[in-house]
Amino acid sequence: MQLGLLKRLNAARASRQAAVVVSDLASGEVRLILEGEPVAGPLGDEVGKVFRSGKAVTVEVEGKNLFLNVHLPPPRIVVIGAVHISQALARMAPVAGYELTIIDPRTAFATEERFEGVELIADWPEDVLKDRPLDAYTALAAVTHDPKIDDFPLSEALRSGCFYVGALGSRKTHAKRVERLKALGRSEAEIARISAPIGLDIGAASPAEIALATLAQIVQAFRRRDIVSAR
Amino acid sequence: MTSTATLDPLTTAQAWKQAGRDVAIATVVETWGSAPRPTGSHLVIDSDGNFEGSVSGGCVEGAVITEALDVIGSGAPRMLEFGVADETAWQVGLSCGGRIKVYVERLG
Repeated sequence: MQLGLLKRLNAARASRQAAVVVSDLASGEVRLILEGEPVAGPLGDEVGKVFRSGKAVTVEVEGKNLFLNVHLPPPRIVVIGAVHISQALARMAPVAGYELTIIDPRTAFATEERFEGVELIADWPEDVLKDRPLDAYTALAAVTHDPKIDDFPLSEALRSGCFYVGALGSRKTHAKRVERLKALGRSEAEIARISAPIGLDIGAASPAEIALATLAQIVQAFRRRDIVSAR
Repeated sequence: MTSTATLDPLTTAQAWKQAGRDVAIATVVETWGSAPRPTGSHLVIDSDGNFEGSVSGGCVEGAVITEALDVIGSGAPRMLEFGVADETAWQVGLSCGGRIKVYVERLG
């Protein structure tokens, strides 16, 4: 491996961009592939597989013995709304290996007491996301029910290609939301990516059950995402 | 920079190389059975034998470092294979029984 390649790899990792390092184990040749770069042929298929699985593998491609090492940013969840569901989700997410941040400008909800040990930001999403942009390895769940708070981060999540975008609310609530997001410039295809009502359909009723259904849906979205062909 | 970032072997490798040190990167490329570190794990070594990261639970690092010094000298990558099984564990039937393959290359 050359220093130049290592520098590019480390820069990608620092900016939360996924990368695969392909090493030819016979010749010592090394190649860096960043997520979204087109890779033709059977190598492209193998690269797509490791981006999805996150597991490094040795494969034989066109007679060459190649080692594919994958560097994925750690997945994280951003929750808009410091509500009852978020309290449960904040406890479950770390168990499943997800970092979690809660954003809610309503200081009555966003209290240290209700969210002990959780990263909680009591500010408007417009202001918070400026310094902490969303990305493809972030799941966004908007659960305030309040368009003033939810709409902007939902639009941002779609624009930045979050691997999961979920919004709490009935089908009727969501129909109105769809119109507002269109007014914010989001396309029908983008808006169709929103999971609403939020969570897998397991008949969840209590806040904790809705949190569980949401976390399961986030895991499903992460493990089944189609990065290489989608963009 | 957080303390975890400074412990990152690939970041360390870059910093060492940029400081003019000779560096080798060792990578777990294959595992069989229950290996202590997954494929893709890195150990980086400089020509003085300083190292950062791991390819096992500390069982084979010594041997990898010795081989890495040769790789730094020659520039030719090398493939190493280790059985992780521990003798005592075998006797009581608790061996992790793993084996690992480690690829060592020089950072050019």
